[in-house]
Amino acid sequence: MATPDILTRMPVDAAARVIANTALSVDYNLVALEAPELAALVRPGQFVMIKPHEGHHPLLRRPFSVFELLRSADGRAHGISILSKRVGTSTALVAGLREGDVVACLGPLGRPFEPVEAPVEAWMAAGGVGLAPFMTLAEALVADGNPPTLFYGARRAADLHCADRFERLGIRVVYATEDGSRGARGFVTAPMAEAFAALPGGRQVRVYACGPTPMMRAVNDLTVARGHRCDVSLEQVMGCGLGGCYSCVVKALDEGGHGHYVRSCLAGPIFDGRTIDWTALGH
Amino acid sequence: MDLSVQIGRLRLVNPFIAASGCFGYGVEYAGLLDLASLGGVCVKGLFLNEREGHPPQRIVETPAGMINAIGLQGVGVHRFVEEYLPPLRAAGATVFVNVCGTSIDEYAEVSRILSDHEGVAAIELNISCPNIKEGGIQFGCSLAGTHDVVSAVRKVTTLPVIPKLTPNVTAPASFARAAEEAGADAVSLVNTFLALAIDVETRRPKISNGMGGLSGPAIRPIAVRMTYECASAVKIPVIGMGGITSIGDALEFLIAGASAVQVGTANFVNPLIWNDLRTGLADYMTRHQLSSVSQIVGTLDMKR
Repeated sequence: MATPDILTRMPVDAAARVIANTALSVDYNLVALEAPELAALVRPGQFVMIKPHEGHHPLLRRPFSVFELLRSADGRAHGISILSKRVGTSTALVAGLREGDVVACLGPLGRPFEPVEAPVEAWMAAGGVGLAPFMTLAEALVADGNPPTLFYGARRAADLHCADRFERLGIRVVYATEDGSRGARGFVTAPMAEAFAALPGGRQVRVYACGPTPMMRAVNDLTVARGHRCDVSLEQVMGCGLGGCYSCVVKALDEGGHGHYVRSCLAGPIFDGRTIDWTALGH
Repeated sequence: MDLSVQIGRLRLVNPFIAASGCFGYGVEYAGLLDLASLGGVCVKGLFLNEREGHPPQRIVETPAGMINAIGLQGVGVHRFVEEYLPPLRAAGATVFVNVCGTSIDEYAEVSRILSDHEGVAAIELNISCPNIKEGGIQFGCSLAGTHDVVSAVRKVTTLPVIPKLTPNVTAPASFARAAEEAGADAVSLVNTFLALAIDVETRRPKISNGMGGLSGPAIRPIAVRMTYECASAVKIPVIGMGGITSIGDALEFLIAGASAVQVGTANFVNPLIWNDLRTGLADYMTRHQLSSVSQIVGTLDMKR
């Protein structure tokens, strides 16, 4: 167990002021939060635990990937944004946040993505709100001179949000929608399979995936079958985000192939997809 | 201000202890707060060997609370003393170890191993986890079982022995008395309330284990009542817990007769709650012109 890692991390609990809350659609919101101390610590793919209101119902905080790092004119990170899809009580409260509201925001938390270096290609596979952890990764890859490709899937074109932010970084975005209203009809695995087929011989790819569990599993299977590695960002029902409660476990395989429950808040949320016992993963 | 309290011969810098199962092995929090600033850190329950625990989903939120069935996933006592106890000692934590067992022998063996290591301040006996089939609550729901576990552990250790009592019995105070008669140095209560939340669409329980333990503010008034009953029934100190989220909540337990309190679920919501509790207690003592926390303990006036 990663005791030394635990001892050296220093998250902060910020009273973060809402700078803006933009409704992207009926159920998607982009919430900008002022939190300079926290923002300065964020690494790609990390998350924060947010309590959008005071009071006891709902009681617990909710995990959100850090979407963007908000930067001042001098380039310094002064805040973060989160991409929230309304699915329950807490995300409904997030949708209702107003400029000037203050939320408790604890982070950054979790094991970050490891950006690969050229000539290894970086492909990001996002399903719906699973886009959230990829902006920080994309910025890191672009800064390292290894711009990634984003495969971005959703039910329909209206559920594809914020892709322009990636395109502005010079990133190629490949779309897939289940109803065919934008890009390939079906799941992101279809254009990814084509991209693998078109890959020059000997070229290595690191795939990063986040989205619904069946989608991540399919992307991982495809990638591993082609001889590459896929890192996935797993979200489980989480109590504290700090390793205190042992709620958010996933079954990870050891070298002998035996599964053990590990806390996705500490050992993850980013895992090498080959180490996950996908059959034991719910949803 | 001196916020210290006495639990038998154990002196705590303040009455606020992190509750078992809600604070990992303590080291998880070392980067966020000074573990020595807590009255105590009660680490996650330990058996002799490692345990995998229950499949997820392990928790679900309920009004002003949550139901959990983690299943006592844990590293076992051997890995604990080798990997986790040294950094806890280095951080200056007052370490309470929550001891589990599937048999009386296992409780005694885990306790004996802990007693052989420097850095353990007290043993809390988990005879009240509602979420595992074998061990635990089968002892905690029987007066004879409670007596036998406490007596067996009492024989193998000189550390303070603190059985943690279940609220899932008619009269917790009789269990506190059984523990006292068996040689316990203190009792802690309450563990969680056995509970069930149902997904009405699938007509299945919301967590994988089916039933689980309810914690959080929802249980607090019942826990305060039980703390009062137990503190009135025994001479040994009582450590109270159940849904504490503020200094006001903690004071209720102290006034009801608890010499110290544990905070669990609220730590998930606010891991820095300890600072607020210390400040709040000092403010209260100043306002009421008190020089010692003991002047609060058991001062409930039940006269109408």
